[in-house]
Amino acid sequence: MPDTVLKYDGSFMGFLTCIFMAYEQKLNIVEIVPAGEDQNQLFAETLEAITDEQKALRVIKGLKAKVSRNGMLRLKWAFLSEAPGIEMKLYDMCKYIFSSKQKVDTDYSHPSVLYITNIAKQVGREKHRMEAFVRFRLTKDDIYFAIIEPDFNVLPIIIKHFKSRYADQKWLIYDIKRKYGAYYDLNKTEFVSMELPEDIGISGGNLEYFDPGEIYFQKLWKEYFDSTNIKSRVNMRLHVQHVPKRYWKYLSEKSVFT
Amino acid sequence: MDFDRIKEKLNILADAAKYDVSCSSSGSKRKNTNKGLGDSSGMGICHSYTQDGRCVSLLKILLTNHCIFDCAYCVTRKSNDIKRAAFKVQEVVDLTISFYRRNYIEGLFLSSGIFKSPDHTMERLISVAKKLRLEENFNGYIHLKSIPGASDELMREAGLYADRLSVNIEIPTKSGLKLLAPDKKHEDFMKPMKKVKDEIIQYKEESRLIKSTPKYAPAGQSTQMIVGATGESDRDIMYSSAFFYKKYNMKRVYYSGYVPISNDPRLPAIGSQVPMLRENRLYQTDWLMRFYGFDIRELLNDDFLHLDMEIDPKLSWALRNRHLFPLDINRVEKQLLLRVPGIGLKSVNKIIQSRKYRKLNWEHLQKIGIATNKAKYFITCDSREKELKDLSSESLKQIILKNSHSKYIKDLSPQLSLF
Repeated sequence: MPDTVLKYDGSFMGFLTCIFMAYEQKLNIVEIVPAGEDQNQLFAETLEAITDEQKALRVIKGLKAKVSRNGMLRLKWAFLSEAPGIEMKLYDMCKYIFSSKQKVDTDYSHPSVLYITNIAKQVGREKHRMEAFVRFRLTKDDIYFAIIEPDFNVLPIIIKHFKSRYADQKWLIYDIKRKYGAYYDLNKTEFVSMELPEDIGISGGNLEYFDPGEIYFQKLWKEYFDSTNIKSRVNMRLHVQHVPKRYWKYLSEKSVFT
Repeated sequence: MDFDRIKEKLNILADAAKYDVSCSSSGSKRKNTNKGLGDSSGMGICHSYTQDGRCVSLLKILLTNHCIFDCAYCVTRKSNDIKRAAFKVQEVVDLTISFYRRNYIEGLFLSSGIFKSPDHTMERLISVAKKLRLEENFNGYIHLKSIPGASDELMREAGLYADRLSVNIEIPTKSGLKLLAPDKKHEDFMKPMKKVKDEIIQYKEESRLIKSTPKYAPAGQSTQMIVGATGESDRDIMYSSAFFYKKYNMKRVYYSGYVPISNDPRLPAIGSQVPMLRENRLYQTDWLMRFYGFDIRELLNDDFLHLDMEIDPKLSWALRNRHLFPLDINRVEKQLLLRVPGIGLKSVNKIIQSRKYRKLNWEHLQKIGIATNKAKYFITCDSREKELKDLSSESLKQIILKNSHSKYIKDLSPQLSLF
């Protein structure tokens, strides 16, 4: 069997289709790469995987029978990390899962299980941080609007949280790194793509886009944030540990208003 | 909304509320079923962190800092010469909703100075919560302070709208309370606490029979004690704490290192250090008691009145009980595994899960994430290398200290740096 590189469309379903193909055609996979990215293997045969929902669902079904609910979630979250080479790590773990008689997703002494668990944990942490640090600003059109730029592609997995919380207001969360957003119109959420003006900013921003009261609430929040600090207990090390500097841009309370 | 006026009030009333350390927003089961605003069924979320490293999860404010009491340890005490302010009920409601909609907060933590009478104050706190729930359809988290001395009827009503209720006991000993808060009686604190506990039990019973029983303070009760204001021992503090957990089914007891705020001769002077290390050790002890199966009497007793500041309380306990170790990591049951220094709850679970597949050795254990620098002296595993030396507990402690870095190193006794 020659070494094979699989190319897929970058979606989770596409990746699962790759796994299906690997088993169906007994391929000797050496790399799985999303379209548009260069492969590292020079002498391998390249196959294109065309995303097939039926095949992907069969893989999901097969996995579900052999891993816990958490284990399933971890595979998905690890995939969203977009870490280079994550596909092969996941494929390794799937091979381990399918080749074992018992459930093995809690075997933390196995290297791929531990790797996937740890990377899924990082994604989970980013998900949680986005749920915490997203700051909505009310626009003139009565939409609560937020910009994010997460390390991992967590937008798909934070929607549920915001939907159950902000059921009675329209909101839009836009990932400017990956150029897509989720919009909730009081009934359903859908993914959208758009051009955003440069001066809309992550906090503050050009006032003309926003509700006249918006800037005052940002100021009140900053006032609250400053007043609630206990100066005799300042511990910047701990502070930065909780809110790493790359997240400061989201927090209007940490930016300076005049 | 008059923003400038609100801003000034917010400044005064948030500043006065900040010494209440509780900021938890978890443990409630209030779902957004009415297509309203907010949901507090999941885990708590910290939306920001202050520079002192504390989480900001709730809008934590006083309704007013006018107070008829004169407790020495409190900034809003009657005799203190400070700016006073009061929010209107509607102002608090509007501020909470506006902040919540922008994802700044998980909800409201409302406390108050006691104006006119305990009942009058409690009534106003309740009316804020009631308005939020009934008029604004708000399902976010609400934490209300139970005002010492408030009537049973009001406490009953409070629990119908709040997720959590709390009375701060503040001073862990009766004698300390007499000294620092002469107008308050111990019983005044206990009464609302007991009422809330009884109601929670009753509502739970009822909801077992009738599904539609409304929720009553689903996130339970908590309290807080000031540490280092009255010369109490760690044993005094932790024994009171154990008492509250047991007798009043407390969800949490908080420990707050005393921040000097007055020149009262009964208290530590302004400028003296906040006992943060001690606070940390007390929290560790609290965790051992609640999650690790320790009885408080094992950790603190007549022979051992104070926690060791240099090492954590679990290690300290293990060093006093060397005869129980070493434990075989691949065999020993969960309760004992929890007692090994350097192995936390999560690692315990991981060890138990993964040892089903193969015997674990040092490398596995390290990758799982246990603190081997402490644990290795107390365990054996699937490996020939043994770290057990016939050392006295004192020398073992010195070795462990030498090989680890405490972030509190500068707060420890200055004598240490001599060696």
